[in-house]
Amino acid sequence: MPGGVMMDNAYLQVSGLSRHFDISDPFLARLLTGGARRQLTAVDNVSFSIARGQTYALVGESGSGKSTIARMIVGLERPDSGTIRFDGRTAFDERQGQVQDNSLRQKLQMVFQSPYSSLNPRWRVGDILMEPIRAFDLIADPEARRRRVHELLDQVGLSTQDAQRYPHEFSGGQRQRISIARALASNPQFIVCDEPTSALDVSVQAQVLNLLKQLQRDLQLTYLFISHDMAVVRVMAHRIGVLKNGRLVEENAAGPLIESPQDPYTRMLMESTPRFAGGAASG
Amino acid sequence: MTSPPVRPSEKPAGAPESAPTSVSASISASISASRLQRALASDFVYDFTRAPIAIIAGLVVLFLFLVAILAPLVAPTNPFDPASLNLMNGFTPPMQANMFTGESFVMGTDDQGRDLLSAIIYGLRVSLFVGVMSVLLAMGLGVSLGLIAGYVGGWLDNLIMRIADIQLTFPSILIAMLIFGVLRGIIPPDLRDEMAIFVLITAIGLSEWVPFARTVRATTLVEKEKEYVQAARLIGLGRHQIMWRHILPNVLGPVLVIATITLALAIIAEATLSFLGVGAPATEPSLGTLIRIGQDFLFSGEWWILTFPAITLLALALSVNLLGDWLKDTLNPRLK
Repeated sequence: MPGGVMMDNAYLQVSGLSRHFDISDPFLARLLTGGARRQLTAVDNVSFSIARGQTYALVGESGSGKSTIARMIVGLERPDSGTIRFDGRTAFDERQGQVQDNSLRQKLQMVFQSPYSSLNPRWRVGDILMEPIRAFDLIADPEARRRRVHELLDQVGLSTQDAQRYPHEFSGGQRQRISIARALASNPQFIVCDEPTSALDVSVQAQVLNLLKQLQRDLQLTYLFISHDMAVVRVMAHRIGVLKNGRLVEENAAGPLIESPQDPYTRMLMESTPRFAGGAASG
Repeated sequence: MTSPPVRPSEKPAGAPESAPTSVSASISASISASRLQRALASDFVYDFTRAPIAIIAGLVVLFLFLVAILAPLVAPTNPFDPASLNLMNGFTPPMQANMFTGESFVMGTDDQGRDLLSAIIYGLRVSLFVGVMSVLLAMGLGVSLGLIAGYVGGWLDNLIMRIADIQLTFPSILIAMLIFGVLRGIIPPDLRDEMAIFVLITAIGLSEWVPFARTVRATTLVEKEKEYVQAARLIGLGRHQIMWRHILPNVLGPVLVIATITLALAIIAEATLSFLGVGAPATEPSLGTLIRIGQDFLFSGEWWILTFPAITLLALALSVNLLGDWLKDTLNPRLK
């Protein structure tokens, strides 16, 4: 029952999250032209939570702040205010700042948007997958490590020989599988998928999405899924939040939100994506 | 005069290793063979075989390097061994018998009866040693500073790059002379001649780091925004690990080109300093020193003392430069 999610079994809780960027001209230019400091509010007081083992999709057009939220949640970017809590533990709040804790970091991973720049081109796939294992000291025995790398490759549908190859020898879809395998390497509980399929062909998209769904089922993963593509979100999400200019304008379980969007902006987003046969409400 | 027999390190190297690890050796041999095959089939090699100038320049550079490395084996005499010199042989023109001793020399002799061919071969050795070492120094320094400036950013970036800017406003030979002078002042007088070569390397190395730093910084700025760096940050890797293990291998491409072009510059800088009398000492003459010595005799008719070292220097610097130029064009994807 994806609809009625109780918030007390939330895995991730985000509340009052905000982030501003300083987009003023350089100091000297401001002084000469008399311009004032300018700030861009990328994320404005956003709160939501994700239930364990479910997928929460953040949708919105580019520049709506979805990626900034994702980066703040995994700790790549510092929020200006708000709190982020994982599994009852605080990852960020205004008093402590970002909590630098490896045991927490290990549980959060990310699959990036571009399959081309997210893998170090000079590293073999085996080394790429080995690195999280080494960084978090998960497995000491080298032989066991190698077996774990092979297991990861197997899990994402690649062959064990692929460990010896370099990223450029793979297609976009395969690279995204490697990216997913790297995210899985540290045994995470939560994965942020930042538009993981937007750079892929439609047919490959479906394969990668199915892989993500299957992994979620097998490993009890919780996903935050960032996308602008309603067709993709429809397949993946249990709950959807719609972002516009850094604000959450509508949030609901996936079914009701797609069938009867309340906010005009949500309706606009739905209409702007190509319809497939059997689509729910018609605009 | 007699070169020492086979070096002791050469004998035991191959023998004990081959027996127990023959299987893994053959495996690694087959891997390296396939790697060699792949390397030979690459675009790089293909381009090289299509560029006659690059081939000629490459052969000249290879030849000069080999001659310099094998100097004790290929040089007819050891020009630094006073016992091999005969003052009576002084000023023998090339390919002519000396009027007193009847000896003849391919490239003639200088004022002290030193065989010029041998002097050039040993001088080449000094020039190349100083050139290669100072490029390595400049590269190490420039790549490190560029990487740090690009990745860390902020005031450190400003500091490093402003120093680079200031240094660029002076001709590098001037910087090298300044550093040379300062270092000579620091070193105690009795060590000066022994340290002269290293002072020279330091002076040239410190004067050529800027192009490395600028290029590496620019590439680092691009690389550090890529998602693989964010993925590395995500697993809690520190700055150093990300800089040296992740970014460094990805910024080294253009460095090879700059290193080659800088090698030509460094060789010329060394020759210039030596020509001016502030470089390699007379006890270890480089090509520049030989040219300076030869210059004294140019107008008294002994042209060969100047000409042959100068031609060698020209061939070396030109070939390295042409090779660097070709590398630059080949590795630049925008020119394809």
